[in-house]
Amino acid sequence: MNVLSEWAFIGVFFVMAPVLPALPIVLGGLISPRKPNAIKQATYECGVETVGDTWVQFKVQYYIYGLIFLVFDVEMVLLFPWAVAYRQLDFFAFGAGFLFIFLLTDALVYAWRKNALQWT
Amino acid sequence: MECQNIINTFAPCLVQAGWDPDLAQFASIFMGVLLVATFPLLTTVALIWVERKIAARIQDRLGPNRVGPFGLLQPIADVIKLIGKEDITPAGADKWIYNASPVIMTMSVLLIWAVIPFSPIHVGVDLEIGVLYFIAVASIGTLAVIMAGWSSNNKYALLGAFRVVAQLISYEIPLALSLVVPVLLAGTMSMVGLVEAQAGMWFLFMAPVSAVLFFISAQAETGRAPFDLIEAESELVAGYNIEYSGMKFAIFFAGEFMHVFTNGMLMAVLFTGGYHGPFVQQIPLLGLVWLILKASVWYFISLWVRNSLPRLRIDQLMSFNWMLLVPLSIVNLLVMAFLLRVVQELGIAPSAADANDFVANVPQTLVFFLGNVAVFAGLMAVIRSQGRRERLAEEADDDAEAPLLPADAVARASE
Repeated sequence: MNVLSEWAFIGVFFVMAPVLPALPIVLGGLISPRKPNAIKQATYECGVETVGDTWVQFKVQYYIYGLIFLVFDVEMVLLFPWAVAYRQLDFFAFGAGFLFIFLLTDALVYAWRKNALQWT
Repeated sequence: MECQNIINTFAPCLVQAGWDPDLAQFASIFMGVLLVATFPLLTTVALIWVERKIAARIQDRLGPNRVGPFGLLQPIADVIKLIGKEDITPAGADKWIYNASPVIMTMSVLLIWAVIPFSPIHVGVDLEIGVLYFIAVASIGTLAVIMAGWSSNNKYALLGAFRVVAQLISYEIPLALSLVVPVLLAGTMSMVGLVEAQAGMWFLFMAPVSAVLFFISAQAETGRAPFDLIEAESELVAGYNIEYSGMKFAIFFAGEFMHVFTNGMLMAVLFTGGYHGPFVQQIPLLGLVWLILKASVWYFISLWVRNSLPRLRIDQLMSFNWMLLVPLSIVNLLVMAFLLRVVQELGIAPSAADANDFVANVPQTLVFFLGNVAVFAGLMAVIRSQGRRERLAEEADDDAEAPLLPADAVARASE
């Protein structure tokens, strides 16, 4: 199969994959009873009335985890072509890969020493 | 015979029957998609029973045994019950996102099945970048979680969703880095290529540290114990799916079971030889049987771990990832790359002619295995020294803080 028809399969899959789990939900929507009232639809907070705003403040630590994840995610994406071509290349490839990984690991060590990786 | 592989070569059969070629191509793709997508959904229904029975037996009780013989009809009873439950949408929820998120979560798992090779001639589509596609698609589920938490209009759902997303994105790094090693060993990212490269020797023996890393990261990605803060009922009151009821809730959990089974399939494909097994050359469909057998073994191990280990706290979880798994996966990758170069220089890599021969692969496997053992020993040494350092620091602190009894104080003053 040529490349376009390969991705056509993925394209059709992308369209069908949401449809298949949605079928039971739609079926449930047809069969199940529907008797909404205010108490049932109230937001759940351990059985008491809700206190304060729903959309709470975002803890900064999540942002830091996201940043470090981003760095390593891009590194990982760039490592895959290196890994695929590795067998055909000579020792220089190992050195280049090592340097690349080392630079990014250095960033991880820096974040570690600055306690940026701790949860609190 | 051209009509042997249903998924890919359905089109020539239709064209022979007189259809328009483009339409026949589209129809064959559509048929292939339906076949590949319904297989995991049907398996998930059976998995509900397997999961509950095995969990029960490990916990020294019987599990479902009322509905049908041995409780085998339990999943059907569950599905019927959940379909009939009322769908309560909380007030103030974001309707579209609220309804879409269980579907998107399950969709992200289903999409993985497009690239899994079922047998030497059956595969949904053999993408050149199969492994990268898998990593990309598995990340869509993370999006579904934050959609669920945000749109529920519930601060506990939101807090739960934040923690879940932090866990999921963190554990993607060792997952992906541990997958670079099989790609390194096989020289291709295509899933079929990875399975074919294991014809001589499974990657489990060549790269055990990567296999364990992938297993742990996959366990964390699905939110299974010991990383199951996501579904911890006693914390955060059931987390991001508090406000879901009825079939939507069921689809969340079906998605999770499917994800665990998909991880089992991926372990089988990437590390234990996929569809390879006795007599596969003669009867290709037997490859599917071997694959399901291997995936079931990995699924069982995953359930075993789940039912045996206690839960990790969120800060323990994150430190475990960033301070142990990520450095370990980086070191493992570098060691494997170095050893691959060494193996090639020494000339003990099997030539292309006998790449499928078990005996020819043994020398290089030995080198890789010893390298992995060395990495593991290094890890244990680091942990031991770190533990010793912390223990000594604690003991010094304890000694310094211990209050002196009057007799001791007098003795010390008169020294």
